[in-house]
Amino acid sequence: MTIEKNQDDNVLKRLLHSQMIIPIAALLALVVFNLIADPLFFAISMGQDSSGNPVLSGQLVSILNNGSELAILAIGMTLVTAATGGQDISVGATIAVAGSAMLAVLCGGNMRPEVVTTPFILAFLVGVLVAMLCGAFNGVMVAVFKVQPMVATLILYTAGRSIAAWINNNALPIIPTESGFGVFGGFIPGIPIPTPVFIAIACIVVIFLVLKFTSLGLYVQSVGINERAARLNGLNPTFIKWLTFVILGVCVAVAALIKVSRISTINYQTIAADIEMDAILAVALGGNALSGGKFNMGSSILGAYVIQFLTTTLYKFNVASAALPAYKAVVVIALVVLSAPIVRNKLSALWKKIRSPKQAEVEVAK
Amino acid sequence: MISRRNFLKGAGLAGGTLALVGCGGGGTDAATDGDTGSDSGELISVGIINNDPNESGYRTANDKDMKETFTEENGFAAEFAYSMKNEEQIASAQQFIQNGVKYLLVSAADTAGWDTPLKDAQDAGTQTILFDRVVDADPSLYVAAVVSDMDAEGQTAVDWLTDQALPEYNIIHIQGVMGSAAQVGRTGALDEAVAANGWNLVVQQTADWNAETAQQITQSVIDSGQSFNVIYAENDDMAKGAVAALDAAGITHGKDGDVIIMGFDHNTWALEEVMAGRWNYDGQCNPYQASTILDIINTLESGGTVEEKTVIMEEGYADCDTITQEYIDENGI
Repeated sequence: MTIEKNQDDNVLKRLLHSQMIIPIAALLALVVFNLIADPLFFAISMGQDSSGNPVLSGQLVSILNNGSELAILAIGMTLVTAATGGQDISVGATIAVAGSAMLAVLCGGNMRPEVVTTPFILAFLVGVLVAMLCGAFNGVMVAVFKVQPMVATLILYTAGRSIAAWINNNALPIIPTESGFGVFGGFIPGIPIPTPVFIAIACIVVIFLVLKFTSLGLYVQSVGINERAARLNGLNPTFIKWLTFVILGVCVAVAALIKVSRISTINYQTIAADIEMDAILAVALGGNALSGGKFNMGSSILGAYVIQFLTTTLYKFNVASAALPAYKAVVVIALVVLSAPIVRNKLSALWKKIRSPKQAEVEVAK
Repeated sequence: MISRRNFLKGAGLAGGTLALVGCGGGGTDAATDGDTGSDSGELISVGIINNDPNESGYRTANDKDMKETFTEENGFAAEFAYSMKNEEQIASAQQFIQNGVKYLLVSAADTAGWDTPLKDAQDAGTQTILFDRVVDADPSLYVAAVVSDMDAEGQTAVDWLTDQALPEYNIIHIQGVMGSAAQVGRTGALDEAVAANGWNLVVQQTADWNAETAQQITQSVIDSGQSFNVIYAENDDMAKGAVAALDAAGITHGKDGDVIIMGFDHNTWALEEVMAGRWNYDGQCNPYQASTILDIINTLESGGTVEEKTVIMEEGYADCDTITQEYIDENGI
């Protein structure tokens, strides 16, 4: 009996001390709020789309669906943050560039193709290549030329959307529905779960395998914690920093595929607008230090879904348009302050104080 | 700012269901007149300051129209400057004034700060014509302003919606970037009608002109099980996003569907959606101001005076019951 109880205690303790507690607590708060306000929030039903295929629908499905791009971006952003102690603010713009490149390949110069003959995989690979090039450019600026990451990525942040427009001569390519390109952002016929959910799961599985079976995580953290020490131990900080930007590039390409597939076209100015801020926020919400060093990948990914949960909750409760950013800001401020190391230390000290009389009682009883 | 209208609105405004097929046709004639009217000997110098053509399909069409109208063949030596930043535009304006251009055409990024450059222009003998957007400057500083009336665009759409005589109105209203002229005009008319007719706004939310956000907002309404029969999206992109959410949920829309789809801006692809009966309505935002400006310049060149300070662009709408391919070819951007 007592042993079991101790183990429970340990699990609880470990959880309380782990970074995961912040996004988990935020998630629980949102869940409880929605349960009280409207339990139907969690209802999931089976329906049919306009082609008669079965689809699952409900707010939870929408959250998992719409949070996919952010979760994928959070993976790359976490690595960049950990290695360089800075953030990439060009991810929204490079999504526009990669998405534009994909559509250019698919359309082959004709903005309104009747049929798409190019294989989707080819378009995707070109998009990956373009996004990796953008990432490599950012990486060179940061790793080789030692430019502040936010300043270095400001270049593509400013120029990216114009480059995206230039790729397609400022025209708007539209992929016909019949081509089936919509599956990446929609549903695979016959499968009721949205495809982006599968894509996000695949990305998460891949990164966890990479972190488990390679030294990438260790190297990234070493470089982030102390670059000189890492070099003295035989690591190449320049390469590792550069590599994290290239990995983020791959994440950007996957997110771009989902984004352009969702509406089978692109708007260079509005696609993935402000998504860089949400991606950085996901990393911060995950309790990761934005100054680099140690990181917790699962925590960042959970942070991404928390942000989507918040967005969907705000839409659900029809918050006035003008007030929407204010609500979001308040929640974000609360979360970020709670996850700040100073506040956390204070809170855990307070927790100990509350716990200690009880603990004393237990000792006495023994 | 916009106080007078010198164009008669078409049958659509009066409440009929006729599409304005002839909308914008007059402009083409004017352009042809311009060819003969201008001096063949000397080129008229114009400095044109516009926003970045990449901004939107509207802007691309607007810029193309300007470039095609103010050509050497038409008797103009035109110089172009692009920026979405007001101060850069003002710097370009001052450069044009120094170069001694005869006419300065401005689509200002922001309404403030134009007093000084417009005064400088006047002192230097340069005549200014504002297009697309007005500025907060004394009207005596410019010859004319050729602009769209966003309030009227919203009113046209709301009048059309009223004419549908639906048994009940449950509306999803997806707004543009809050505070932009297009959002204010298009929201204002709907808000009034909702208050006056007792319509039900199921949701009123901004999607910042973003298709995916509009998709999420619509999805959220569907997920919460609320019923609706009208989607009023303040531009074509957002209407497209909302429709994507309807398709995923198997809700019918358009001509014979359960939900009426309304968009704005007249992108060619959007008009094709109307033509195909997947959307019901698309309101025009007319970017073709060049021919009207050309008329004004010709009047001034021939020694006449411009009587109307503010010229409102004629704007119509497309209805899925009456739209024709000709209309799309003529008005699509």
